[in-house]
Amino acid sequence: MRIIVLIKHVPDTWEERVLDPVTGRLDRSASERVVDEITERALEAALALKDRDKSIEVVALTMGPSESTGAIKKALSMGADSGIHLVDDALAGADAMTTAATLAAALRDAGADLIIAGNESTDGRGGVIPAMLAEHLGLPALTFVSELSIDGGRVRGERATETATSVVSAPLPAIVSITEGMPEPRFPSFKGIMGAKKKPVASHPLADLEPALAGSRSSASSVVLTCEQRPGRTGADPIVDEGDAGTKLAGWLIERRLAEQRLV
Amino acid sequence: MTLLNDAPMAAPAHGLSDEQQALVEMVRDFAQQELEPHAIEWDREKHFPLDVLHAAGELGFGGIYVREDVGGTELTRADTALIFEELAKGDVTIAAYISIHNMVAWMIDTFGDDDQRERWVPRLASMEHLGSYCLTEPDSGSDAGALATRAVRDGDDYILTGVKQFISGAGSTDVYIVMARTGEAGPGGITAFIVPADAPGLSFGPNEVKMGWNAQPTRPVILDGVRVPAADRLGAEGEGFTMAMKALNGGRLNIAACSLGGAQWALDRAVRHISTRRAFGAPLSTQQSLVFTIADMETELQAARLLLRSAAQSIDSGHPDVAAHCAMAKRFATDVAFTAANAALQLHGGYGYLAEYGIEKVVRDLRVHQILEGTNEIMKLIIGRSVLEKVS
Ligand SMILES: Cc1cc2nc3c(=O)[nH]c(=O)nc-3n(C[C@H](O)[C@H](O)[C@H](O)COP(=O)(O)OP(=O)(O)OC[C@H]3O[C@@H](n4cnc5c(N)ncnc54)[C@H](O)[C@@H]3O)c2cc1C
Repeated sequence: MRIIVLIKHVPDTWEERVLDPVTGRLDRSASERVVDEITERALEAALALKDRDKSIEVVALTMGPSESTGAIKKALSMGADSGIHLVDDALAGADAMTTAATLAAALRDAGADLIIAGNESTDGRGGVIPAMLAEHLGLPALTFVSELSIDGGRVRGERATETATSVVSAPLPAIVSITEGMPEPRFPSFKGIMGAKKKPVASHPLADLEPALAGSRSSASSVVLTCEQRPGRTGADPIVDEGDAGTKLAGWLIERRLAEQRLV
Repeated sequence: MTLLNDAPMAAPAHGLSDEQQALVEMVRDFAQQELEPHAIEWDREKHFPLDVLHAAGELGFGGIYVREDVGGTELTRADTALIFEELAKGDVTIAAYISIHNMVAWMIDTFGDDDQRERWVPRLASMEHLGSYCLTEPDSGSDAGALATRAVRDGDDYILTGVKQFISGAGSTDVYIVMARTGEAGPGGITAFIVPADAPGLSFGPNEVKMGWNAQPTRPVILDGVRVPAADRLGAEGEGFTMAMKALNGGRLNIAACSLGGAQWALDRAVRHISTRRAFGAPLSTQQSLVFTIADMETELQAARLLLRSAAQSIDSGHPDVAAHCAMAKRFATDVAFTAANAALQLHGGYGYLAEYGIEKVVRDLRVHQILEGTNEIMKLIIGRSVLEKVS
């Protein structure tokens, strides 16, 4: 059984993220890059399945600039068996349509029994890629699951909704997107880190994917037209506590209709 | 002696290989998630977090420079120094215990026969078993060669009798390496033994009440006719002292790295504090005397880092002056780190004295690094003698 996990290298969530005002794209040099936390959880889900069944092969796949090999290395050090890197300058600024088409082209003949992704990335937050991939590949999709198991050729997941928990399942091959309700990722071990460089990583430029891409490319694409820096904060309205800060804060909220006054 | 030859840049991430950066990143994540949030409480409650140590063992912290065939990771001492510096930022005391544990695992891996390596090391490397190193006695610390614990041969066994003092981890650990006298007076009459915690006749004194290092127990170890099979004698009779000293070379570097990590953490906190704390109408960081304090802390920690990395390379390359290099790194790093941590406390003003800020704990924890694994006076003896020997 082969599980392919889609991982993404993103700017550290805890740092300030900066957009390039000319291209409207993320300035990738502005902050430290890490493996997107949610895709680390997706990898953890795959590795947890592998812990129970050693015959499972886990492959980490990422599309991103050349520095994104860092994300693959991290995945390999955590326990993935191999990596696939889709890297091409022409992919810079790819929108969700292009990204999904490209990933689908790479996945089409990759022999995955199960594809696991995060439900959204912490930088783009489109949240559409897993569903788009399912459409491209003609696979059943279990999205937003917070629990995952495989059994007898089927994948089963739990998805929390506002009112209930749905138990969903589909025959393999299938694609699953997971939420932050899944367990935290493991730490790589020292052995894992030292062994990562011996594991195979295949790097594919777009040309490699051309035949598979031809069918799924769309003429529609989104581009950034304008981009402006968020204005700095102005007009702070400090409330000084003179023993009545609570009343003042409540008054401030009520004035702005952010809260309503009730007489009890 | 060209200590600085080929030495990497001193800034924490400079000159590190991709693997070393990945190691540091992993240790940082582990320290920030598993140690730092609990460090103040463990210190207050005198809690030795066995569960966290077992989790650390699964990641490879128990046999960092132990060979792979018995479960170690076989990293270099240069890697090890980076690991301990980063780990100590989460909790100096736990990092320091892990150093002692590694010393024990390394001694059996290095000096044990095949049977001993297979029986003892895998469970130490995984930290399923924890180790303690028993050299010091109530009446012999710096002069460890004068130790009085006796091991008397009796058929296929030795019978050990004596008291060990200040033993880190004692009472909570599983495997004790005990240095005992089998022969003449002085270092040449000392032999090392592997003693399991449940050996009849082995018992522990009370957990010492101490200034720092509260998250790990320190107890006397009492050996009252403990029978140890000759198969658990480590190396030959009379080799124990030399083996114990070799283990301490690495231990000293680890302790130096722990000092560096603790002090760097305190410095980082102090920089943040004086940048945001305002007095006399401006941030404290605009006061030139405080800028100078920061400059001294930064400079001395960087210098210690260079000396440490250089000494680690000396172990890795088998340099003949390794003992002196390790002693220099230990003496210098533990002294400047204590001074820097104490300066960080001062920069925090009254807040530095409060347990909640964690700074006073680092100061208390680092203080003992100037005393144990050979006091800094003993380090100077080693360094000075090695320099003078070259002349005579
Ligand atoms: C918290 C803690 C944990 C410890 N853990 C362990 C452990 O796990 N295993 C273990 O075996 N030991 C351990 N020790 C013991 C430690 O290594 C000794 O305390 C240390 O070696 C000093 O020995 P001493 O206390 O007997 O001091 P002494 O040797 O009595 O020294 C007293 C003072 O005299 C100075 N002095 C001694 N001789 C000379 C000299 N020739 N020239 C100049 N100055 C000298 C010393 O530097 C020191 O300042 C631990 C100690 C502490 C406090």
